[in-house]
Amino acid sequence: MAISILTAPRRGARGRVRPKRNRQETRAAYGFIGLWIVGFVVFTLGPMIASLVLSFTDYNAIDSPKNVGAENYRQLLHDPKVAKALGNTLIYAVMYVPTAMAVALGLALILNRVGRASGFFRTVFYLPVMTPPVAAGALFLLLLNGQQGLLNRVLRLAGIVGPSWTTDTAWVKPGLAITMLWGVGGMVVIYLAALRQVPKDLYEAAALDGAGAWMRFRRVTLPMISGALFFTLIVQTIYALQMFDQAYTMFFGAQENSTYSNDAALFYIIYLFQEAFQFLHMGYASALAWLLFLIIMIITVVQVRVSRRFVYYEGERD
Amino acid sequence: MITRRGFLVGSAGVLALSAASACGGVGGSTGGGGKGAGKGDAGSLSTQGFGKPDDVGQARIDAFKSAYPNVRVNLNEGDFDAQQFLSAVASGNPPDLVYLDRDLVGTYAAKGAIQPLDDRIARAGIDTGAYRPTALKEVTVDGKVYGIPEFYNTRNILVNGKALKDAGLSLADVSTTDWNKLHSSAAKLYKASGGKISRIGFDPKVPEFLPLWAKANGADLVNADGSPNLDDPKIIEALTYALSLIDEQGGWSKFKAFRDTWDLFGAGNEFKKDQVGAFIWEGWLVNVLVQSSPDIDLQSTPFTDRQGRPISFENGSAWCLPKGAKNPAAALNWMKVMTSTDTWLKAAAAREATVQKNKSIFTGLFTANPAADQQIKANYVKPGRTGFDTAIQNYYASTEFAFAIAPSKAGNEIKTAWQDAVNRALSGQQKPDAAMKQAQSEAGKAFSAVK
Repeated sequence: MAISILTAPRRGARGRVRPKRNRQETRAAYGFIGLWIVGFVVFTLGPMIASLVLSFTDYNAIDSPKNVGAENYRQLLHDPKVAKALGNTLIYAVMYVPTAMAVALGLALILNRVGRASGFFRTVFYLPVMTPPVAAGALFLLLLNGQQGLLNRVLRLAGIVGPSWTTDTAWVKPGLAITMLWGVGGMVVIYLAALRQVPKDLYEAAALDGAGAWMRFRRVTLPMISGALFFTLIVQTIYALQMFDQAYTMFFGAQENSTYSNDAALFYIIYLFQEAFQFLHMGYASALAWLLFLIIMIITVVQVRVSRRFVYYEGERD
Repeated sequence: MITRRGFLVGSAGVLALSAASACGGVGGSTGGGGKGAGKGDAGSLSTQGFGKPDDVGQARIDAFKSAYPNVRVNLNEGDFDAQQFLSAVASGNPPDLVYLDRDLVGTYAAKGAIQPLDDRIARAGIDTGAYRPTALKEVTVDGKVYGIPEFYNTRNILVNGKALKDAGLSLADVSTTDWNKLHSSAAKLYKASGGKISRIGFDPKVPEFLPLWAKANGADLVNADGSPNLDDPKIIEALTYALSLIDEQGGWSKFKAFRDTWDLFGAGNEFKKDQVGAFIWEGWLVNVLVQSSPDIDLQSTPFTDRQGRPISFENGSAWCLPKGAKNPAAALNWMKVMTSTDTWLKAAAAREATVQKNKSIFTGLFTANPAADQQIKANYVKPGRTGFDTAIQNYYASTEFAFAIAPSKAGNEIKTAWQDAVNRALSGQQKPDAAMKQAQSEAGKAFSAVK
C-alpha cells in the first residue's frame, strides 16, 4: 500500500492534472506513513545495510572493522556447525509449520461452531501468545521432563512410555515443536476470521449436491480460506527458520542449563548469536545473517510460486 | 510538502548516518588515564553484571557508600549479559565497572573490551599480594592484570548419609581415588524401577567439572600458555570414565531428566527426598542445605586424584574496567573497597545477623582474600551440626590447594569447545575421543586466531 502511494503518478490515467483534494490526501498519506518510514529506515533498512557491509569485514564490536572481502562467506561453506544448524532448523520447520497449521485450523473449526461462547474461547486460545517466550520455555522444560513431566505422565495413563523430550537428541526437536504449539492462538484467530467469511450459500449448494462434511470441508472451506492458510504458511515458515527464544532458554541460556548445550537444538539463529555475542565475531555473524536472509527469500519465492496453483483470491477468478 | 526528491535525500541521509554509526566501532574515548587519574571520590559510578545483591553484597555496597559518600552508585542489577555489555562498550557508553566470571577475562581482554589495571592498581593502593595467587592468575593475561578477583568457589563431594547407610557403604567408598571402587559404589547407591530413576548414585557433574576429572587423571584442559590441550589421552580417559558412571546409572537422557526434577533450593531437595547418593558441588550449596533442610544427614569428603591427593577446582567472579569507562578512579576505589578484608568482615557480620535471625549456622564466606577468609572463619564459623561442620571445614581446606583453568585469550571459545564435546559424548552423538579431537581442532583454530 505504501509503495502504491509513493509511486502514484502525478497525473490520472487519462492525463488529467490531479485535483487539489488528491494532493491533500497524498500529503496526509505521507504524514501517516512518514513516521513508519523513518522507523523502517533507521531500525531495519539501516542495520540491514550496515550488516551487509560488516559481513565483508573482521569486526569484534570493539575495534574498527577490517575489510576481509568474501572470507566470511568462504568460511561459511566450510563450517560444519553452519550445516548442522541449518539442518536442525529446516527439520524443525518441517515438523512445526504443518503441525501448527493443522492444530490451529482444527481449533478454529471447533470455535466456529461454538456459537455464543466463541468470544470467550477465542480469548482463552489467544492468551498463551501473550506469555513471554522465556517463561513458556522454562514451563515446558518441566512439562516435557522425561522422568516426571506432565506429558509423559499422561502418556503413561495410556500405557505409553514417553521419551526424554528434553534430553534425548532424537526427541529434542519434536519436543520444541510441541512447545511452540503453545502459541498457535494467533493463527487460530486468523483462521476463525477466514472461516466466518465463507459464504453460507456455498455450503448449502454443496449440501444440495450431496456433498458430505468432509467433501464440503475439502471443496468449499479449504479453497475459501486458502488465502489465510497461505499467509500463515509464509509467516510461520519464516518464524520457524528464526527459532531462538524458547530453544535458547531451554537448552543454552538458563543458568542451570548453560553448560548443557545440545547439538540437536543448535538452531541457526542460536549459532549466529553465539558467534556474535559469545565469540565477538560480528563480521562472520553478519554473513550468517545474510545467508539466512537469502534462504528465507528463496523458500518464500518458491512458496509464492507454488501457491498460485492452490490459493484462491476472491475477485481474482470467476 | 514533502517532495519525492526531498524524501529520497532525507532517507539517504538517515541511512548513511545509521550505517556509519553501526560500522564505526568504538573510536573516541578509551577512558585513558588522564581524566581518570583523579581521586575517584566523586561523580557517578555505574556497574553491570553484579546481579541483585544479597546481605553480603549489600553490606559491601554500604561500605563503599560510607567510604565514598560523594560517589553516586548506579547498580544495574541484572547478571552479566554479554550482549548488553558489548553493545554498551561498542556504542561508547560503557559502565564504569563490569562484574563477570574470571574465565571470561582472557577473551574480553584479547578483544580490548576491558582495560589492563596495573598502573591504576598501584595508584589506588591495591595490594595484589592480598589475593589468592590462583585467582589472580585467572585475571592475568600476557603479564597484565585485568581484574580484581572476588569470590572463590571450590568443589568437594557432598554425600547423602542416609543413602550411604542404606547401601551399606562408607565415605571411603565414594572416594574418587579408586575409580573401579567408585563405579561399584555408584551402582549400589543408584535406584530405579520400571525405567524411572529414583536415586542417582554418584553424579560426576560433567561437563562442568571435567577439569577436575582431567586433573585427577594428571592433565589440564588448557596449557600454561593458554593453548588448548583437549585431546590429551588422559582427558579422554577421564571423560570416558565419567560417561561410564552415567551409563551405569540409566544413561544420560534419563539421568539428566531426573536431575532436572530436583528442587535444589527447596525444603524438598535431593537430600531430603533421598534422590542422590553423592555428587560434586560448590560450597554455596551447604549454605542452601543448612537453611532448607538442617536435619539431613549430610556428609562430605574431598575430591581426590588417583594417587589419593585432595584436589579442587576453583572459579569465581572479578571486577573489571571496561574500555571507555568514564570514572576509572572511582571504579578502582570500588574494587579495592569491595574486596578488602575490612569490607569482607562487615559482610560476614551482616551474614551472621541473617543467620541469627533464621536460627541457622554460619557456613563460611569463600573469597579470593585469604586473610579475610581466616578472620571470618575464626570469628563466625562455630561448631553446630556435625555433618555440616565437616563439609564447611572441607571447603575451607580446599581453598588452599584448588587449581583454576589457565587463562587464555581464546578462553571462551576453548570452554565452549570442550563443553560441547562433552555434551556430544553424553548424548551419544560421538565417542569421547572423537568429540575431544573435534573440540581440540575448534579450540586450536580459535587460539591461533587470537595468538
